[in-house]
Amino acid sequence: MAELGKKDESMDATPNVTEVETVDAATEEAAVAALDAPVERGEPILQVRNLVKHFPLTQGILFKRQVGAVKAVDGISFDLYQGETLGIVGESGCGKSTVAKLLMMLEKATAGEIFYKGQDITKLSGRALKAVRRNIQMVFQDPYTSLNPRMTVGDIIGETFEIHPEVAPKGDRRRKVQDLLDVVGLNPEYINRYPHQFSGGQRQRIGIARGLALNPEIIVCDEPVSALDVSVQAQVINLMEKLQNEFNLSYLFIAHDLSIVRHISDRVGVMYLGKMAEIGTDTEIYDHPTHPYTQALLSAVPVPDPESREGRERIILTGDVPSPANPPSGCRFRTRCWKAEDKCAQEVPLLAVPERFKGVDTPAAHESACHFAEEKDVVHAA
Amino acid sequence: MTIIDETAESPSADGSQGAGRPLLEVRDLHVEFRTRDGVAKAVNGVNYSVAAGETLAVLGESGSGKSVTAQAIMGILDMPPGRIPKGEILFRGQDMLTMSAEERRKIRGNKIAMIFQDALSSLNPVLSVGYQLGEMFRVHQGMSKKDAKAKAIELMDRVKIPAAKERVGDYPHQFSGGMRQRIMIAMALALEPDLIIADEPTTALDVTVQAQVMDLLAELQREYNMGLILITHDLGVVADVADKIAVMYAGRIVETAPVHELYKRPAHPYTKGLLESIPRLDQKGQDLYAIKGLPPNLTRIPSGCAFNPRCPQAQDICRTDIPPLHPVTERDGGELTGRGSACHFWKETIHG
Amino acid sequence: MPDKTVEKVEALPGDTASTAGVIVTDAGPAPEKARSLWSDAWHDLRRNPLFLISAVLIVFLLVMSLWPGLFTSASPRDADLAKHYLGKPNWSHFFAPDWLGYDVQGRSIYARVVYGARASITVGVGVTVAVTVLGTVIGMIAGYFGGWTDTLLSRLTDIFLGIPFLLGALVVLNSFDDRTVWVVIMALAFLGWTQIARVARGAVITIKQADYVVAAKALGASTSRILFRHILPNALAPIIVVATIALGGYIAAEATLSFLGVGLGDTAVSWGGDVARGREQLRIAPHTLIIPSVMVSITVLSFLMFGDAVRNALDPKLR
Repeated sequence: MAELGKKDESMDATPNVTEVETVDAATEEAAVAALDAPVERGEPILQVRNLVKHFPLTQGILFKRQVGAVKAVDGISFDLYQGETLGIVGESGCGKSTVAKLLMMLEKATAGEIFYKGQDITKLSGRALKAVRRNIQMVFQDPYTSLNPRMTVGDIIGETFEIHPEVAPKGDRRRKVQDLLDVVGLNPEYINRYPHQFSGGQRQRIGIARGLALNPEIIVCDEPVSALDVSVQAQVINLMEKLQNEFNLSYLFIAHDLSIVRHISDRVGVMYLGKMAEIGTDTEIYDHPTHPYTQALLSAVPVPDPESREGRERIILTGDVPSPANPPSGCRFRTRCWKAEDKCAQEVPLLAVPERFKGVDTPAAHESACHFAEEKDVVHAA
Repeated sequence: MTIIDETAESPSADGSQGAGRPLLEVRDLHVEFRTRDGVAKAVNGVNYSVAAGETLAVLGESGSGKSVTAQAIMGILDMPPGRIPKGEILFRGQDMLTMSAEERRKIRGNKIAMIFQDALSSLNPVLSVGYQLGEMFRVHQGMSKKDAKAKAIELMDRVKIPAAKERVGDYPHQFSGGMRQRIMIAMALALEPDLIIADEPTTALDVTVQAQVMDLLAELQREYNMGLILITHDLGVVADVADKIAVMYAGRIVETAPVHELYKRPAHPYTKGLLESIPRLDQKGQDLYAIKGLPPNLTRIPSGCAFNPRCPQAQDICRTDIPPLHPVTERDGGELTGRGSACHFWKETIHG
Repeated sequence: MPDKTVEKVEALPGDTASTAGVIVTDAGPAPEKARSLWSDAWHDLRRNPLFLISAVLIVFLLVMSLWPGLFTSASPRDADLAKHYLGKPNWSHFFAPDWLGYDVQGRSIYARVVYGARASITVGVGVTVAVTVLGTVIGMIAGYFGGWTDTLLSRLTDIFLGIPFLLGALVVLNSFDDRTVWVVIMALAFLGWTQIARVARGAVITIKQADYVVAAKALGASTSRILFRHILPNALAPIIVVATIALGGYIAAEATLSFLGVGLGDTAVSWGGDVARGREQLRIAPHTLIIPSVMVSITVLSFLMFGDAVRNALDPKLR
């Protein structure tokens, strides 16, 4: 798979448009060294910097006072490049769905910036925000609740044109909706049917058609196939890949199924308790993980192949994910990590290419937020 | 119809537990539901058996009838609208469907226990977990409150809940998802049943926790020499723990096989398609194979083989004749123990 | 990325989905046409005998209240004192003015029963419409905007809920001298909107979290579009259920208030008022009391049955 995008800035620098050219020499060198293919696709289309979302915990009925905060997303930075698929994986409560909501401007960020084509969309409102919404669309997890049960399919998809009338002139809308149904593999004659007359897979196709209606550039997919039957998942995944090529879309693909994420993603970010633990290309993350959490996660995935299963090492983590309202100090993974030392409780590890891999030409040289990052292959049989 | 387990001969009614003799045997079970749109045929002649210490995985998508079969075994089907027009469910040779309600109740919980997918809604939110665990002993064994509590703590220890003594008075919502599923397992284990039916026991859990819970279940099963029926849609989970697999589609078993065999050489196009449609973790795949079409509507199951509209190998015979579960053999006719395929063209599927 | 081919999903409407083992046929067999949830409910209703019986009765009562002249030629106000106390019913004279006898002032009870329907039905329907509109608006605002708005409106609802309905109506109506139908409707609506408001608020809070509402927001839909295209149509079912069941109660309330002398004015023709007057002749002419009472009961019962049937159709889970 083509290596995507060069890292031309360190993730923890506070960037803005003009500073995108600012180069942390060491980081760049390492990143470039890690890439052996030329950049094929374009510039970053979406840049997320130190994104934070804290949900206040309040007490009291009439006069609410804040007694704490759920740190759902706690300082996340990543880039999404034009035409690529960035997969975000993590367990429930890691904040991956909150990231989706923040990118969609459905929640207001507590701090941090989201640059879309150089503009910080967290500061936008009114017409400018509406224009951004046209270009960033979403596909939801549950096809049973994401379609209004009292509207026909035609109305559900057609509504996008009512909200953004400049996209399609009035007389043209019905035909456009039928075209969209055809594009996602549904019979255009179904335009007057209601969502409950369709199966889960078909409904997800309707959801995708709605996401496509405005010709967006980015589609945020929050667990788009996890509610579907296994035999239908592959159909929807294939459809999404076809559409990506056809319409030159960039996907942010959020899921907990690591196999599907590997299949569809060019790059993958692993989240744990509101922080990014590790990020890199699919080969870097799956075949050369350096963060212990990624390794544990990958080793725990049940593989539908008993033969390869037996040769694999399994890391079974003890305990559960700590509460995001009261995360551990230092490294958030340290309470479940077999490598944890005193340093891990005191210092927050930064997401960067680990010191020992810097300047080394190895796929292990990718960003990983661990003090003791080391490579370990857990998905291939020994 | 063929019985899956080759060793499953007609079991003796004395309840003696010979090696390989099935603990539970389902014979030609049919279940249907009356719905607004007609009769939905959820289970259409299912046969399977489980012996003590054995794990049978029942694999299928939603609507395949895998959960309905389990509910019929447990006697927790909603009747009406459900109905069992035909079939036998033999537990140690006795047909549970012809038993009195009282006899059935005794078997349920005492001899057969069930673990559900959603532990939070299966536990009573207003009672402490210790009370709910102890209840099993108080009601079924007439233990005193104090003894029951001690037993509850012992059970919680057993399923590896840390600090069981301190947490015995906690309520279900105070536990994490994984811990709640452990409590469910503890409740199922309380009376040391002979058979446990686990319906998607780890589907709602995160992968790292999933592994813990499946390991625990497997370990306890070995320890108590229980039979285990694992109902799931996840081909990965099955590969880990099952001894033999029954694949269901549209209320029928379409393939049975020992676990290794199934993944290596599927003998039914549906199983084959399922395996090919899952992306791999250890390598970047090329095209993902997708089974075309949709699972059938249970009120209008296609004639002949229910899979025929989605099958790449379908011939005319598939549209007219329902394929029985053929015993699957090697190319040279050599026996393959425990293998069966309900496909007219199983030979072509397995031997290419 | 390699080009992927996508199989077109064949025309297979109606397949089955099962959640946790319970089979739910979520689409019918080959629905050739669009089938909305409303038409599904109607499909269920038509097959419900409870609905058919109550609907026939309600249609009958509606016709009676709109065109009483169709049922009798006598006037409810014509008093012929010569017939005073000759008031025994004459069961064989079907639908004649003396069919059900005469009251103490010599007025045809049959005519009064026919004309009395209008007051009851007008008050019942009027109050229901008023509380539905008022309650839905208040509940929707509270539920959708939340925060301070919700706190304020919810407390207001609680305060009104604390007022005993009949006692409150008694006090309010007592302060009016000229109690027309509209005064009674306004008084009852003023006190009765709380139930609908609470139901609407609850429904809106659930629905506003639904993914389809989130999806509309993500598209940039305006608040009014979200409220009226997405939330209201989905919140309507529980509101309609509560409203139809409450309708019977309002008819009974009107009769009670009229009986107590604070309902419609003395000159109005109403079942409640007739029951009050009939009470004085309970010993000599019990039918003057029984006949209007039976009419009130039949009407209230029809609307309750109707509401029950509607609930079963709109919300099958409640069954």
